[in-house]
Amino acid sequence: MKKGIQELSEVTVRFAGDSGDGMQLTGTQFSNTSALAGNDISTLPDYPAEIRAPVGTTYGVSGFQLHFSDSDIHTPGDAPDILVAMNPASLKVNLNSLKPGATIIVNINSFDEKNFKLCHYDSNPLEDGTLSGYHVVEVPLSKLTAEALKDSGLKPKEVARSKNFFALGLMYWLYSRPIKPTIKWIETKFKNNQKIINANKAALEAGYYFGDNTTLFSTRYKVNPAKLPKGTYRSIEGNEALALGLVAASVKTGLPLFLGSYPITPASSILHELSKHKRFGVRTFQAEDEIAAVTATIGAAFAGALAVTTTSGPGLALKAEAVGLGVMAELPIIIVNVQRGGPSTGLPTKTEQSDLLQAMYGRSGEAPVVIISASTPTDCYDVSLEAARIATKYMVPVLYMTDGYIANGSEPWRIPNPDDIPDMKVKFRTDPENFQPYSRNENLTRPWAIPGTPGLEHRIGGLEKENITGDVNYEPENHEYMVRLRAEKVKNVENDIPDLKVEGDPDADILMIGWGGTYGAITDAVNNVNEKGKKVAQAHFRYLNPFPKNTEEVLKKYKYIICPELNMGQLSFLIKSRYLIEIDSFTKIQGQPFKSSELEEKIKKVLGGMNNG
Amino acid sequence: MAENMTIDEVNLKPKDFSSSQDVRWCPGCGDYSILAQMQKVSPELGVKKENFVWVSGIGCASRFPYYMDTFGLHSIHGRAPTIATGIKVQNPELSVWVATGDGDTLSIGGNHFIHACRRNIGIKIILFNNRIYGLTKGQYSPTSEKGKVTNSSPYGSIDYPFEPTALAIGAGATFVARTIDREPKHLKEMIRHANSHAGTVFLEVYQNCNIFNDGTFFVLTDKETKFDKVLKLEHDKPMVFGKENNKGIILDGFTPRVVDLTNGKYSLDDLWIHDERDLHASRAYMLTQFAEFENLPTPIGVFRRIDKSTYEQDLHQQINDVIEKEGEGNLKDLLFSGNTWEVN
Repeated sequence: MKKGIQELSEVTVRFAGDSGDGMQLTGTQFSNTSALAGNDISTLPDYPAEIRAPVGTTYGVSGFQLHFSDSDIHTPGDAPDILVAMNPASLKVNLNSLKPGATIIVNINSFDEKNFKLCHYDSNPLEDGTLSGYHVVEVPLSKLTAEALKDSGLKPKEVARSKNFFALGLMYWLYSRPIKPTIKWIETKFKNNQKIINANKAALEAGYYFGDNTTLFSTRYKVNPAKLPKGTYRSIEGNEALALGLVAASVKTGLPLFLGSYPITPASSILHELSKHKRFGVRTFQAEDEIAAVTATIGAAFAGALAVTTTSGPGLALKAEAVGLGVMAELPIIIVNVQRGGPSTGLPTKTEQSDLLQAMYGRSGEAPVVIISASTPTDCYDVSLEAARIATKYMVPVLYMTDGYIANGSEPWRIPNPDDIPDMKVKFRTDPENFQPYSRNENLTRPWAIPGTPGLEHRIGGLEKENITGDVNYEPENHEYMVRLRAEKVKNVENDIPDLKVEGDPDADILMIGWGGTYGAITDAVNNVNEKGKKVAQAHFRYLNPFPKNTEEVLKKYKYIICPELNMGQLSFLIKSRYLIEIDSFTKIQGQPFKSSELEEKIKKVLGGMNNG
Repeated sequence: MAENMTIDEVNLKPKDFSSSQDVRWCPGCGDYSILAQMQKVSPELGVKKENFVWVSGIGCASRFPYYMDTFGLHSIHGRAPTIATGIKVQNPELSVWVATGDGDTLSIGGNHFIHACRRNIGIKIILFNNRIYGLTKGQYSPTSEKGKVTNSSPYGSIDYPFEPTALAIGAGATFVARTIDREPKHLKEMIRHANSHAGTVFLEVYQNCNIFNDGTFFVLTDKETKFDKVLKLEHDKPMVFGKENNKGIILDGFTPRVVDLTNGKYSLDDLWIHDERDLHASRAYMLTQFAEFENLPTPIGVFRRIDKSTYEQDLHQQINDVIEKEGEGNLKDLLFSGNTWEVN
């Protein structure tokens, strides 16, 4: 039976199952294939902190959401059009987030009394009216996978593990995607186990052909390639882009890259990625703890490396004292903080923006550092380069903020030509003539004089320094002078960064400001409102300390400023206290990114209030 | 490598290592002796002056780098081994030394200390052990004896102490030695040994704090007692001590015993022959326990010295091997790798 193909402009799908069901892998494969097919994509992996939570429970549900489109998109989609639910628990967890009338593909084989009980369903949701209003497609995924693999020679448990490939194959058929890229991936990934290769391929193909032959689906869908700017693209996750940016910075500064890191979610994949790049001379040091990671980084910086440490909020707290040493010793280190839900262990796998004030103030004494942030997965590459440029140019610690959402999320990346990166070559001090370790250039930067350089022997450390000589000095006036000098040095960076840029309607009275990973949701919300004929603008901060020079001028142009943040209003706090400007702080602290519809509603409400008032 | 240079090539004098900073330890402090011996012996180590790096944490001992005219980093409490690790990884040519105290290394920095030993990173940790917190004004330290009365233990400390050399051996240190501030010749000899070892060096220096813990090691340095209380370990030699070399150590099964060499019952042939190169750590560990027992002398010298590849060697070797096999990285190729597609 030949089935019709319906064209759609965009689709949001969500794969959900047990944390051992391979949903992240399935989602990633579907994303990469969609990107290869030319769609714009945006992804939201959403998984529990437990590696294998008890099977069948709601807290063990792992999900992966993907938004793909024939035009430019900025978020992983507010509400899925289609859910693949591998078990009742994953249905229960995700049902509320679906679009009305959404399609739900369920693995009917897992809908039994045992699994209902595990996720506290009193009756079968497929039969009790729970799903009325949805288009439910019941597929015996487990059974069909087992049939397809009956000659595979694998044990039943191993066969069951391939069912995600069956689901993936079916979804490929439904959205008219090629299965070749995934077959290629399977062959590389499992290259040492031919049986597994055969089994996964068979499951994938069986799923695909099942779609063709079943009467469950009357239509297939197609999303045409997006009209993206000309270039070579790849799909990339934030942490991977960040790591590649650091490698690029190493090449461009001419400094070997040193990464001191202690594994922590959601930052660990940067360590994984960089540990692969030995061909670039990258030295990765998996430290015994967070403090060792940052202090080894300080040592490496002293000795002349492009020195980086990566962590998440709780790790940043542990590193605080050492970052203070970096401030005092005036050494260039980059501290990457991939934020997650806090405080304490908090929500390790969920996103949040609640470390901004920690980044700003979380050290003893007056210890300013430069703070910059990335706003999208691909932006992480550019911000890595910028962090390295500022750290090495100003001999200053740079705190680089990302979050779990953009770290794990992926999008198509128009690969930049590395030849276009401006020169960042670092020159160490080598001339012993009149050498003083705390002498300063026009930026107040002290010389980088590395061990091994004859005639430049000197001592630095955490005790207060005398300017120029770098000798220990406890004089009251000297301390005040040095505190102000270090602050001035960080402030000076404002002369070397781009202005805050305003996007959206130029005649708007309302400005929505943000920082970090909220960029996509804000952009979609602002675009939607403007398309509907109402006026709103947006400005997104990459530089959080210092702020761009024109910040006050920009903000004061607007009658009303809304600042959505995934915290209790930390950027709002900084802006209000600095510029004495009223900000409407719009916050969400659920471990989930903003939906653009939430922000759109907020803008509409403010617009309505202004028109009425 | 710098370590292989001859002394003449380096051509330095002790005063070349003396910085312009006034030394601010208390008069009479054992640290002065350690500093003096270090400055004396540094020119003989075959290391160019600019290749020395002294790293420290916090505490009296940690002021050491300020007084050595070399590269130096006076860091934060307990972290010197990790800072030194970063330096050594970045530039294995450097001769990286850590000056630290018993609180700095064994209390707040305990974790870093054991992991440095485990990795066999090529840094040289010199522990100034005075069994007290000095800079914070007299609290018991992790090496203070149980029952010690200090400012924070007026009724006596209830903590059991660490034996630093035992901890180092337990953590896999490849070089473990002990010396005493008041034995300058021995101290210098130990520094030379430390310098010649490629992996992690742990050298404990018993050091007198004449303000808060005066005399804690006097029994080991006083002319009246030291010959009977100190055992100088020498590689491949029988363990002999006593003023007239009249005493020796035998291993009675797993139990070390002191024997009299003058009554004809025991000769040198019966004694425990010290083997610092013994791959089996048990006997070296046994030596670390001597100080626990009233009837046994306290060993000084090299307890253990074995050769293993170092962390920085392995790290750079791995990089070199990959480059040799796959070629140096090309940035453009890296960025354009993976599944790419063209948009026209």
